[in-house]
Amino acid sequence: MNVHEYQAKELMREFGISVLKGGIANTPAEAVEVAKKLDTKVWVVKAQIHAGGRGKGGGVKLAKTLEEVEKYAKEILGMQLVTHQTGPEGKKVLKVLIEQGCDIDHEYYCGIVLDRVTGQNTFMVSIEGGMDIEKVAHDTPEKIIKAHINPATGFTPAVGRKLGYALGLKGETLNKAIKFFDGLYKLYTQKDCSIAEINPLVTTKTGDVLALDGKLNFDDNALFRHPEIEAMRDVTEESAQELEAGKFGLSYISLDGNIGCLVNGAGLAMGTLDILKIHGGTPANFLDVGGGATKETVQKAFSIILEDKNVKAILVNIFGGIMKCDIIANGVVDAAKELSLKVPLIVRLEGTNVALGKKILSESGLKITAANDLADAAQKAVAAAKGAK
Amino acid sequence: MAILINRNTRLITIGLTGKQGTFHTLQSRDYGTNVVGGVTPGKGGTIHEGIPVFNTAYEAIKETGANAAMVFVPPAFAADSIIECIEAEMPLIIAITEGIPIQDMIKVKAMLKGSKSRLIGPNCPGVITPGECKIGIMPGHIHMPGNVGVISRSGTLTYEAVFQLTQREIGQSTCVGIGGDPVNGTNFIDILEMFEKDPDTKAVIMIGEIGGTAETEAARWIKKNMTKPVVSFIAGAAAPKGKRMGHAGAIISGEDDSAEAKFKVLQECGVTIARSPAELGQKVSEVLKK
Repeated sequence: MNVHEYQAKELMREFGISVLKGGIANTPAEAVEVAKKLDTKVWVVKAQIHAGGRGKGGGVKLAKTLEEVEKYAKEILGMQLVTHQTGPEGKKVLKVLIEQGCDIDHEYYCGIVLDRVTGQNTFMVSIEGGMDIEKVAHDTPEKIIKAHINPATGFTPAVGRKLGYALGLKGETLNKAIKFFDGLYKLYTQKDCSIAEINPLVTTKTGDVLALDGKLNFDDNALFRHPEIEAMRDVTEESAQELEAGKFGLSYISLDGNIGCLVNGAGLAMGTLDILKIHGGTPANFLDVGGGATKETVQKAFSIILEDKNVKAILVNIFGGIMKCDIIANGVVDAAKELSLKVPLIVRLEGTNVALGKKILSESGLKITAANDLADAAQKAVAAAKGAK
Repeated sequence: MAILINRNTRLITIGLTGKQGTFHTLQSRDYGTNVVGGVTPGKGGTIHEGIPVFNTAYEAIKETGANAAMVFVPPAFAADSIIECIEAEMPLIIAITEGIPIQDMIKVKAMLKGSKSRLIGPNCPGVITPGECKIGIMPGHIHMPGNVGVISRSGTLTYEAVFQLTQREIGQSTCVGIGGDPVNGTNFIDILEMFEKDPDTKAVIMIGEIGGTAETEAARWIKKNMTKPVVSFIAGAAAPKGKRMGHAGAIISGEDDSAEAKFKVLQECGVTIARSPAELGQKVSEVLKK
């Protein structure tokens, strides 16, 4: 789960990480009110969307007067902000963060991620702040300094010194940076983050170390123990279908093709998308009904797939292990009848109770194309989607 | 021979008396697995479906001589149960549970280092040595004893591969699901090493996914150390970048962890590639004929 920059900064304050003073606004008038309360000569108006690259897209503006704060807030609020992370359609801006300005001395990068190779939380810092860190990692990997954190000890001052000296910091600034890293690590682990990225982390002319921007991602599997994070969820940033699917234990991701897919298991669901592409088709979605699917969840899955008007054919690919083919078959038949399915339906069943499942489908009176195996299913689905055009 | 589990494996189930724990333990017992006990705190001293229940893993191991544990504990408590098994020096722990928080698994991973335990999973279908022992949620009947080892990050894709093998009357030595999470107990290389040493295994299928670099590391290891043929499929060639495809670990975050990048390294390292999951059986039958 993602949160906005202003929410990330609220959390950082809780953990003693220095951030600039600021406040959130939903209207230009609110923006001016917030700006008035800040003791500053310049203000920064920042679009709040779940994507990076906002500055380049025109979503971050420096205002020198209260009139400018209002003007920029008016421009940014409601705009369809396009960045390299939003896709060409962009994202609508509903909130702006108004912050005080600061006198930047240097910009750095600081992040914590999981290193999957060692299975440890890992700091990454770089003197190349404010840049696309993936590009830095690719072009000049030597400019990224990493430090693994031993879970038995957690963050130690030694780790802080390693990172701080690598950035060329010294004296009081170094001590402040170490405190900053310590706070960020505590936030990361105590709130079950999956990514914490401060880009840029800045040192100021007055010797402060602070987070100018902040991106936090949270481990969905740990949200059960963080109702305070769950409460920060902005549903306008998430796909309505994906949220709805999640409520029924379905894992659904919308794609831009025209073959709807209903599969059990994440791996097989990915493999089904792959094989459709190999045979010249384009999948409309990823959908894993999971191992414990019932007739009801299968029906729900169908209705979510059909909400996508691009869908020209549906492929059901089930390898029944624990899930029995006859249960899936019943769900498919009921859903097809209830939703008076118009698009061609291709079903491939294999595994437990497959004979019974196939019998239910063939006796249903519905026009269902049965497939013999994975490749056959993909070919038939691709042909059906093309024929339907 | 096979690897990890066989006729002599003595299994306990952690979380035996829950619905899933009960169902799959009985399925495993029906397959022929020697189920010697179970653990559910508070139910120690009772008998569940003919299986003695204990309050702690320590007690269960001491009383039954178990050498493998299958974990069916819900995600919020699963890491605690796995750590309990590690401290009780259980040699093999197979965690089926899906959805364990990453920070919990980071602690488990640290505990495993230098311990006497091997963890398979979590978020995996388990391990089966066909005809001898099944620990997990895979459908036993699609398997057949034989000489192909299977390692996979995905459950249903493993079934798909096994089914294609069995249809061609190619049996399996052992099938291992290492799980779809970003932090797991055992990786491809650990299992490849076991298959390389196992006289019953003649070839290996390795099924990977997008996300992480486990497959490319495995590819380099194979090139250096493996004498037996390996056939591999990577799921997620059609997946968009930055989207989590069902499994917590299946997400493309950079250039190196896409399906294309992994296929490329695997091929360079002498691994036989199946671009389509429907080709796995065929490819194995080809490498076995060589």
